[in-house]
Amino acid sequence: MSEKTMIEAIRECLTQEMQVDNRVVVIGEDVGVLGGVFRATDGLQAKFGKERVVDMPLAEGVIVGSGIGLAISGLRPVIELQFLGFGHQAFHQIGQQVARLRYRSQGRHSLPLVIRSPFGGGVRTPELHSDAFEAFYTHTPGLKVVAPATAYDAKGLLAEAMASDDPVLFLEPLKGYRLTKDEVPDERYRVPLGKLRVAQVGTDVTLIAWSAAVNVAQRAADELAAQGISVEVLDLRSLNPLDIPGIKESVSKTGRVAILQEAPLTGGFGSELVATIQQECFYDLQCPMIRISAPDTPYPLGGVEDLYIPDVDRIVAEVGALARTSA
Amino acid sequence: MSISRFLPDFAPIAPFSRLSESGILDSGSAPMSDAAVLEALRYMVLTRVFDDKATSLQRQGRFGTFSSVRGQEASVVGAATALDPKKDWIVPQYREFPALIRHGYPMENFALYFMGNPKGGTIPPDVNMLPMQISLAAQIPQATGLAWGLKMQGSDGVVITFFGDGASSEGDFHESLNLAGITKAPVIFFLQNNGWAISTPRESQTAARSFAERAIGYGVEGVIVDGNDLLAVHEVTTRAVAKARAGEGPTLIESVTYRTGAHNTADDPSRYIDQQELEKWQQKDPVLRIENYLRSKGIWNEQLAKEMHDSCAEQVDVAMNIARNTPLATSDAIFDHVYAEPPQRMLDQQADWAKRNGGAV
Repeated sequence: MSEKTMIEAIRECLTQEMQVDNRVVVIGEDVGVLGGVFRATDGLQAKFGKERVVDMPLAEGVIVGSGIGLAISGLRPVIELQFLGFGHQAFHQIGQQVARLRYRSQGRHSLPLVIRSPFGGGVRTPELHSDAFEAFYTHTPGLKVVAPATAYDAKGLLAEAMASDDPVLFLEPLKGYRLTKDEVPDERYRVPLGKLRVAQVGTDVTLIAWSAAVNVAQRAADELAAQGISVEVLDLRSLNPLDIPGIKESVSKTGRVAILQEAPLTGGFGSELVATIQQECFYDLQCPMIRISAPDTPYPLGGVEDLYIPDVDRIVAEVGALARTSA
Repeated sequence: MSISRFLPDFAPIAPFSRLSESGILDSGSAPMSDAAVLEALRYMVLTRVFDDKATSLQRQGRFGTFSSVRGQEASVVGAATALDPKKDWIVPQYREFPALIRHGYPMENFALYFMGNPKGGTIPPDVNMLPMQISLAAQIPQATGLAWGLKMQGSDGVVITFFGDGASSEGDFHESLNLAGITKAPVIFFLQNNGWAISTPRESQTAARSFAERAIGYGVEGVIVDGNDLLAVHEVTTRAVAKARAGEGPTLIESVTYRTGAHNTADDPSRYIDQQELEKWQQKDPVLRIENYLRSKGIWNEQLAKEMHDSCAEQVDVAMNIARNTPLATSDAIFDHVYAEPPQRMLDQQADWAKRNGGAV
């Protein structure tokens, strides 16, 4: 056990899983010699060869589409989409093909493939690299969507995703790759999909987040604690499957809910949470729920992204007001 | 130093053919035995019988919207008969009925699928095919990856994928040829140029004189063949299969044929098709052509034709009856097989739906 960054945890997971299962192949843009633009696959090609770690032509559609074929042939591909913002170039393959092939073949063709992709902002990327597009994919039945916030979970959830016979979109926080650092066992382990993590125990407000936003939520919770407000931070870990019992447990305790997302407001995954919670926990709620999100505008250039993504000050103000709303 | 220029060539190309339009073989030896030709002809007749039956049922509201193979029977069957169903894979579009049946897909499943029953999508475990593809060209990257994966695992199976002139305008086609060229995947891209993408003529898909020569841009071999000539299609596909099996990479085959039927049962070709052109192609009918060939060899007559037709009609009736007598799917058909490990939320929905619809919980 030692402290590892999230990118190290992901790399360690890929290395260990490739070692024990020679059906695992890694394909993507620049994943070979370069080791990926974020170095998630650094050293894998040297260790496992060009056959198993493949630099693909720059074409997301055929990267994902051929991954489907590789999976049907008996391999277990891990596909790196360099940025989720480029996922639209493969959206037809992910939404209509990856997610549905098992159903369309009536169970004949499972798709044990993982699409790994960094998403979200905060690192001053060029345009079109930083969108939090998770809601497109949670609206895609047949596809599981995972979004870890810690290095520990990144390793354990990725191992679980790679073991699954269902296709998994594995979303990695761009900003958290190196900033996120926590205790990660050296050996292999798995974290189950669909079980949230209580990142911080609290009693006054339930603050729900996933991926990079969990860290921001925790920092806001620390500041709110100084004001005497006890915030329970939930890290969803996976959006599909969604841990509804885990959410209910927290909301029944606090009665107040804030949802934090990097994505724009309308139609975001937070909206799904609000709808679910009002149905499941209506009589536990003491006041209306709030969503803290980006505005309904395209992701901006890096110079103004700090004004776009919800920050600690905004969360402290909005959650503080929520905690003080009378029942 | 002069500028390196690569200019398109617009001189006409003659597609490879073996049979004249009246069914006379050229001076070379036949690429198929008489028995193989008769077997292929039976698949062609079976297709025509099925298409007629399904169209008639569709008009009575007993069959869904579907696309007949009419005019393209030699193209599909000539390609399919070059495959070994035990190890080769078909990644189809939706107009390849005889290829799928020959490969082992149950005809009643094909019928059920077009009657709207999800169970029709069931592919038996020993049948090497992907589901029919409706989102055109999306199957081409999948075929490429499948072939590449088979090669990586040391299998000598090859993959054939079917699509049309229209689908070749999609990015998936170009991305796939490019990847197949790089990986030398054992895949055959079988492009049926049937003249039409619903109502859009071939000329609106590309300025190039052929689809086959697009392969060159990807470092891949292209071939152009008379798609109404069973022997020629079989010969070029057999060659491409052998080449792929030997590890020598992919081939793009352009099979020049003509859709003499409608795009599908909801289509009205009289709004856009040139009647004279249609009649010209009807005279090149692929079934008549191969029948004439067999007749010229003295092994075909009206009696044999009737026997073949009747036996095909019987086979189609059996399949259609199984499909028609299959109980309507319950609401479970909406949920089953979506996931290997379904999320609880979907399972709760499945139970709700079953309760509401009287299905099994």
